[in-house]
Parts: sequence; C-alpha cells; structure tokens
Amino acid sequence: MLCDICKKNEATVHLTEVVNEDVSELHICEKCARAKGASMQQHFGIAELLSGLADLPVDMVSRKSHISIKCPGCGMSYDNFKKMGRFGCAKCYDAFKRALYPLFKKIHGTSCHIGKEPMKSSSIKLNQAAKPDKASAVKDRLGGLKAKLLDAIKTEEFEQAAVLRDKIKMLEDQKNR
Amino acid sequence: MKLDDLINQTSEWLKGTGPESDIAISSRIRLARNIDGFTFVDWSDDKTKQQIIELSKEAVFSSSCMKDAFYIDMSVLSPIDKQFLIERHLISREHAIETERKAVFIGNGEIASIMVNEEDHLRLQVMQSGIALYEAWAIMTKLEKELERKMKFAFSDEWGYLTACPTNTGTGLRASVMMHLPAIVMTAQINGLIKAVSKLGLTVRGFFGEGTEAVGNFFQVSNQVTMGHGEAETIDNLTRIINQIIAQERGSRDFLREKKKDTIEDKVSRAYATLESAHIITSSETIDLLSLVRLGIGLGMVKGLNRQKLNDLFILIQPAHLQKLAGKELSPSERDIKRAELIKSRLKAGV
Repeated sequence: MLCDICKKNEATVHLTEVVNEDVSELHICEKCARAKGASMQQHFGIAELLSGLADLPVDMVSRKSHISIKCPGCGMSYDNFKKMGRFGCAKCYDAFKRALYPLFKKIHGTSCHIGKEPMKSSSIKLNQAAKPDKASAVKDRLGGLKAKLLDAIKTEEFEQAAVLRDKIKMLEDQKNR
Repeated sequence: MKLDDLINQTSEWLKGTGPESDIAISSRIRLARNIDGFTFVDWSDDKTKQQIIELSKEAVFSSSCMKDAFYIDMSVLSPIDKQFLIERHLISREHAIETERKAVFIGNGEIASIMVNEEDHLRLQVMQSGIALYEAWAIMTKLEKELERKMKFAFSDEWGYLTACPTNTGTGLRASVMMHLPAIVMTAQINGLIKAVSKLGLTVRGFFGEGTEAVGNFFQVSNQVTMGHGEAETIDNLTRIINQIIAQERGSRDFLREKKKDTIEDKVSRAYATLESAHIITSSETIDLLSLVRLGIGLGMVKGLNRQKLNDLFILIQPAHLQKLAGKELSPSERDIKRAELIKSRLKAGV
C-alpha cells in the first residue's frame, strides 16, 4: 500500500481517527508521518484529559481560590489530583466531593453507583451463572433509570425526566407481573 | 511451578472450547479494588506497598480458588519474562514498568490472575474461552468473596468501589470479549459496527498491537463506563451485543462463501502458502496471515488444521515466546527467521 500523502513510499504507519463517532483511516509512510507528527496531537494521556474535565465548579473556585483544598487522609491537593488524574486515597473522594459530581457525570453520565456492595450476596447467584440472569439485570436497569431520573430533576431537564418516569413505570409493571 | 512451565500449556481461554469460540475467542472480567485504610499505589511509600503485598499474599493463599496460585515478584523478572507475561495477557504493559514492589498471582490454567500494586492495589482478572462472561463473573464473585474474608475494600455507598482513577470508580468492572471478525472487515462493515457499538456505551479496539490498529482483524469489545449500571446489567448488555456481532460475522461469512468464494479461497490459500514457505516473517505479517487461515477453517476451505492449536500459534509467534522457546535472547531479525521455522514445523504437524 502506498502512502496516502506522498503516494511514493510504502505506507507503514496506519492511523485510525475517531472524531464524533466518524472513523477515518490514514495510511502513510514514516517520512510523512514524521512531518505530520509536528502538527498532530499525539496520544492523549488520561491525566491530561481528566484535568480538563475536572475543573472545579465556578463557585468553588471563586470562594476557595486562596486556599488549596487538601485531602486530610493522604495530603493530596486538588491541584495534584487534576495533574495526575488519580486519587491519592479513598478519603480524597470526600475531600474533593463537590468537584466530583460534575466529573463523574462527564465520565460516566451519572454520579450514582448501581450494583454490588462489599460482602453482600452478589447480584448474580452462582448457580444461575450459566444463563443470563434477567431479574437482576432488570433490577440494575431500574436502579440506573432512577439515578438518571434524579439527575434529570436536579438539572431541570423535565422532558427527559418524564420519559424516564414512564420507562421506570413500565419496567416496574413488568417486574411485578 | 516455574514461569517456564507456562509455555508448555495452553491457557484455558485459548482452548477454543467455549461457546461460539470460533468468533468470540475469549471473555474477560476485570475488577479494580483497593484495600480500605491504605493510600492508593501511586501515592504510597515502599512500606505501604510492601504491606499491600503481604496482605494480598495472606488473602490469596488462604482462598480455596487461588490457594495453589503461582506468585511472582515482578522485580526479579528479566525483560523477556515480563514481555512473556504481557503476551499471555496475564499482566498489563504498565505492570511491567518500574517493577519494584509489584507482583502477580497466576491461578491454575491461567483462568484467574491478580496484579498487585498496578494502578490499584488489586486488579483481579478472570478469562474464559468463548462468549462466557457469566461464567467468568461467577468465578470472579467467588474469588472476590474469598478475598473479602481477609480484607475490606474501599467503598462508598454513593460512588461504589473507590479506585485510583475516576474512570473505574463504581463497579470497577471491565468486561471484554476478544473477537475475530475477518468477514465483517472484508465486507467493509467494520467502521459502521464500531460507530454503532460506541453509541451503545461500548468500546472497540484492536486486540494485537497497540492503539486502535487491529492486526489480523482481532478486536476487543468492552464496556466503557463503570458507574450507573450494575454488574449484571453491564454483562447482560455486552453479551447481547456480542451475540449480535457474532450473528453479523456469521452472515458475512455466508455471504463470502456464496458470493466471493474464489476471491476468498485465493486469499486463504496464498496466506497458507506464504506461512508454509516463508523464511523470514514478522509477527504482524504472521498474525494477518494466520487470521486468513483461521477464517479458511471457519469457511471449510482449510482442512486438517486444528483451530485450538492455531490459536496457540498466535501467542507462540510473539517475541518473548519465541525467545523462551529458543532458550536464548534473539535479535529481531533472528526472531523473524525462528518464527518462520516454528510456523513451518507446526503447520506440517497439522498445527
């Protein structure tokens, strides 16, 4: 395969770019790849991406801009967390709590855990494991929808909330039947 | 057990015994867990990391499912040994960097393994052959429950299991299936599939090689988010979509067999002939050609080859495995020759 840019050399670098779900492919030679490299964003580290997402809500910054927030458990500052993209310990979750709601919403679409808890019977029983356990999947889905409903009410997206309410009702009816 | 013994065994997940394993080669469940009361790995001093290792040894060796596990201190391994574990999918690439106070436990048949002090204190992994996420999950819950007798995991009611990286918080679960999709690629449907699947909260990436490049048309499909969806829902969702992808690959294979028989037969036989006669061959070329031969077996065009043994070859032809087989270090060009020799002799023996 020849290089898509110079059309002379053998293409040895294969790039797949995903922009807004559009996938495009580029096959280029090493020389053109080097030339393109300067203008091209290299692989983004998760830390860089997160630091963009993890900006504090405005009111939190303005009020506390002169004090840096630190985790009492491990001493990690919020700035450290933003830079590293990693928490220092479990207590950081409490220390940075207010900033985490929007962060989790951006990453996961919600800021509410659904699922297993420590040392309680698992949501899938061992003897049922060979086949899909529909009941617990429905239960999980219900929990997920309820969390989304709460989110929608909080952010005043009432149309979305109405759709979710109807879905929840439908699933609950199904479950009770 | 010694590390070198692994090379003579086929990992359970590669055996091709699970459901639909001609297309969905293997299923994997991974959980990220941290032990309550200790700082996370990146923020810990050596003493804390050592404590985590001691605690995990105690918990793992007193469990029934991992009591005979093979314990490996990462810092004593040679570069080839580390690469060897990566190639067998027992550790991540990250786990092979700065290996002081890092460890891995490997269970029987390489079904379960646990990385200690990777990004989180524990990264538990269970692999199964075929589309078998529920089976893998059942093994995982048993393993986790046994570990919980000796350790308490960091958890919050609101946010679930607390992990070092916020992208894993919640269930800490990554479920993935390794798929061989040559017919979907040949019928130019793969980009559409990747797009559609990403809208459903799943990620598709190439299995061999790094980044998004999919050498040999092997893909890994996994869940993207870990919060807001329970484990059962996540696994159920992924299983349904994987089953649809399998159906699509089967449909595309039927299409190729009926409408493009000569073209495909030509490609498959050329691939086979190259593998049989090459004197020098790189690993990515090998994977591409083996992929075609594997498709040929699926389409009934290649007879007399055993798919399980062919699966083995995908792992054996990789750099560290070749050097282990040779019993010495080999330069890249020496490896390309050794690889060609290995393939020739295996194909002659029906793989």
